[in-house]
Amino acid sequence: MRAAAGRRSTLPGFGLTMGLTLTWLSVIILIPLAGLFLKTFELSPDQFWGILTSRRTLNALKISFGLAFAAALVNLVMGTIIVWALVRYRFPGRRLFDAIVDIPFALPTAVAGVALTSLFAQKGWLGAPLAELGIKVAFTPVGIFVAMIFIGIPFVVRTVQPVLIDLDAEIEEAAASLGANRWHTVFRVILPSLIPALLTGFALAFARAVGEYGSVIFIAGNLPNVSEIAPLLIVIRLSEFRYADATAIAVVMLVASFLIIFAVNRLQRWAQVRIPAH
Amino acid sequence: MNQPQSYLSSARSDLRSEPRLVRALIIAIAVIFLTVFVVLPLVVVFAQAFSKGVGAYFAALSDPEALSAIRLTLWVAAISVSLNLIFGLVAAWAIAKFDFRGKTFLISLIDLPFSVSPVISGLVFVLLFGAQGYWGPWLQSHNVHVLFAVPGIALATIFVTFPFVARALIPLMQEQGTQEEEAAISLGASGLQTFFRVTLPNIKWGVLYGVLLCNARAMGEFGAVSVVSGHIRGETNTMPLLVEILYNEYQFVSSFAIASLLAMLALITLVAKTILERHLDEGQLPRGN
Repeated sequence: MRAAAGRRSTLPGFGLTMGLTLTWLSVIILIPLAGLFLKTFELSPDQFWGILTSRRTLNALKISFGLAFAAALVNLVMGTIIVWALVRYRFPGRRLFDAIVDIPFALPTAVAGVALTSLFAQKGWLGAPLAELGIKVAFTPVGIFVAMIFIGIPFVVRTVQPVLIDLDAEIEEAAASLGANRWHTVFRVILPSLIPALLTGFALAFARAVGEYGSVIFIAGNLPNVSEIAPLLIVIRLSEFRYADATAIAVVMLVASFLIIFAVNRLQRWAQVRIPAH
Repeated sequence: MNQPQSYLSSARSDLRSEPRLVRALIIAIAVIFLTVFVVLPLVVVFAQAFSKGVGAYFAALSDPEALSAIRLTLWVAAISVSLNLIFGLVAAWAIAKFDFRGKTFLISLIDLPFSVSPVISGLVFVLLFGAQGYWGPWLQSHNVHVLFAVPGIALATIFVTFPFVARALIPLMQEQGTQEEEAAISLGASGLQTFFRVTLPNIKWGVLYGVLLCNARAMGEFGAVSVVSGHIRGETNTMPLLVEILYNEYQFVSSFAIASLLAMLALITLVAKTILERHLDEGQLPRGN
């Protein structure tokens, strides 16, 4: 009914609002992004390939993508546990912890960066006890990993939560009354129906961590080839006026994140999962 | 009367729950993880900011450099939020109230900035307006400053906050349909009258919601702004940039004092968001969208 009403809408202003939308979208988003791709075409394929396969670039990309993947895996597991606790159980402070999940979305990344660093530095609240165990977090790749976990956790929780809430209780009751034990019901019935949401949350957390800058650079140590993330290398190349290098790295990252978003959109269409705002 | 019902519901919940020990373990893991990774960093900000006492805290905040950063941040947020608010309303009207081909594609284009690394969001403007950029030389010869000045910072901020308002409004307005507006038009109202008297009152909570999230991100943006700002002290440093500079100079109290303002902004935003979501749930806005 609504679609029929919309198709032959008698409302005014479509031409004007659509024109303004497309203009503003082009000016702010499309032209600047197109400029980035155009700039890459100024490079010969050999130059482009040379920049990307230089040791420092390759290592930065490995660090960003590798650690982001590992952090997203942690988020996948911890996010599922958190969602389960928030949706299925009643405990004191539940609503507070539910709200707390959004803090990494809301806290400016630079603030998260300095806070995590001082928390995990050798004299920090967590860094000191960890140092006694011989574990160094701040100014090592582990620090990057920790910051990426922080930044990614709300993506998994907020994508999976609504799906678990809406999950039909009768399915698991049926499974239980047919003799499945709780373990079977959870792993064979409930978790499989959460898979699209889990994958979406994982992909979003991964994409965010790959491109993350503010919360990572303080705790990272930023040692070339060891703890230097790709976004930082872009900034360094820019400050050296090596625009071509910066652009080549940026294009690779941009294409990677578009591929991830494309996959997420596919997932969404497949399973009607909603993407949280961030 | 209540007896059979509560018996039934407890039987139901038994079928759908785990043994008590497992339950306790899952809650404990969730609570400890969130405390360590999310709550503690927030607490550290305030602990560090007040580590030399209240006096040092307020002295840090009233430093001229801090004040100029606060002023610039408010300015940039005001510019980018108002422009994105207008864009969001316009785009949501076109997308939600009419049917056309490629609607999903258009929405994903609007969403694009969410999937772009903040650093790249700044880089694209350096490539356009920088000294080696497409329009850099022309701008330089006409003495127009975009990069390392307020226009560049505003542009980068508009880029990263682009989707917020539109995203909050499109699903809400789609759900509300077009019947009320069509009734207003057929009764002789003009397009603008219809928008301001019929549509806007219906979406006011959604508008606030979008503005709230847009503003939080605008004030807190770091990566994109860092690339275009040039870090000119007292001139092009926003609050997040000043946090970085002071931190790198080991002025921890000052750095965390500014950071604490941003953290408070984040907390206020979260509380306001929770309240708005309750309003919107009554008006059926999809949560987290």
